[in-house]
Amino acid sequence: MFDLTDQPIDTAAWRARIVHPAAGGVTVFEGIVRDHHKGVAVAGLEYTAHAVLARKQGARIVAEAMARWNLRAAAGVHRLGRLGIGDMAVWIGVAADHRGEAFDACRFIIDQVKSRVPVWKREWRPDGSVAWVEGVPLEA
Amino acid sequence: MSFTVHWYGPLRDRRGCDQEMVESTAASPEALWRELAARHGLPGDRRALALAVAIGDDLAAWDAPLPAGAAVAFLPPVAGG
Repeated sequence: MFDLTDQPIDTAAWRARIVHPAAGGVTVFEGIVRDHHKGVAVAGLEYTAHAVLARKQGARIVAEAMARWNLRAAAGVHRLGRLGIGDMAVWIGVAADHRGEAFDACRFIIDQVKSRVPVWKREWRPDGSVAWVEGVPLEA
Repeated sequence: MSFTVHWYGPLRDRRGCDQEMVESTAASPEALWRELAARHGLPGDRRALALAVAIGDDLAAWDAPLPAGAAVAFLPPVAGG
C-alpha cells in the first residue's frame, strides 16, 4: 500500500491500516520539512510528482519489503503540494512480529523511496527566492 | 506520429511547459529526446541531465519502441522524502 496525498498525512489512519494482532512491533518513519538544507535557510517546500508512476513505484518497494522480510503489513504515503516547516512530507510504517524486521524494512522502504519514486521538490528561502532541490537519478 | 510529451521537475522550467503534443518520426525515447533537445536548446545527451524516461504509466528503456500516440515523460533526478 503506497499513496500520494495533497492533504496533511493522517498518521492515525495510516497506523490503523498496518497494525496486526500478530505484530509485536510497529516501526514508523516520519519525514518532516526542516528549516535548512545544505546550510541554507528554508521557509517551505513544494512537492510535485509523476503521480501514476510514483504510486506504482511505491507499491513495488512495499511489495519488495514484504517479500524480503517476515512482515505483517507495510505502507507509505508521500505529500504533494506546498508544505511549511514542521509539516510531514512522508510517512512509512511497518508491522512485524519482532522489532528487528520492522526496523530493517522501514529503513529499506524510505531509502528506496528516495531514489525510485518520481517526486520533485522546490524550496522557498526566507528571502522569497525559489530553487529546485538537487536530486538523485531515478532508478527502476 | 504524434506523442504527448510530459516534462517534470526542473525540466518544466527549462522547457517552459508541463506537457505538449509533438509530431515526430522518432522511433525511441532516445531519438525523441535528441530531437526535442535540439529544438529547445537542451543538452542532446540525456545522460548529462541524468534523465529517466516513462512511456505511458511505467518506466521504459531509452531504446524501447514508441507506439503512436504514446505519452512520454522525461524524468530528471528525484528529490522525494
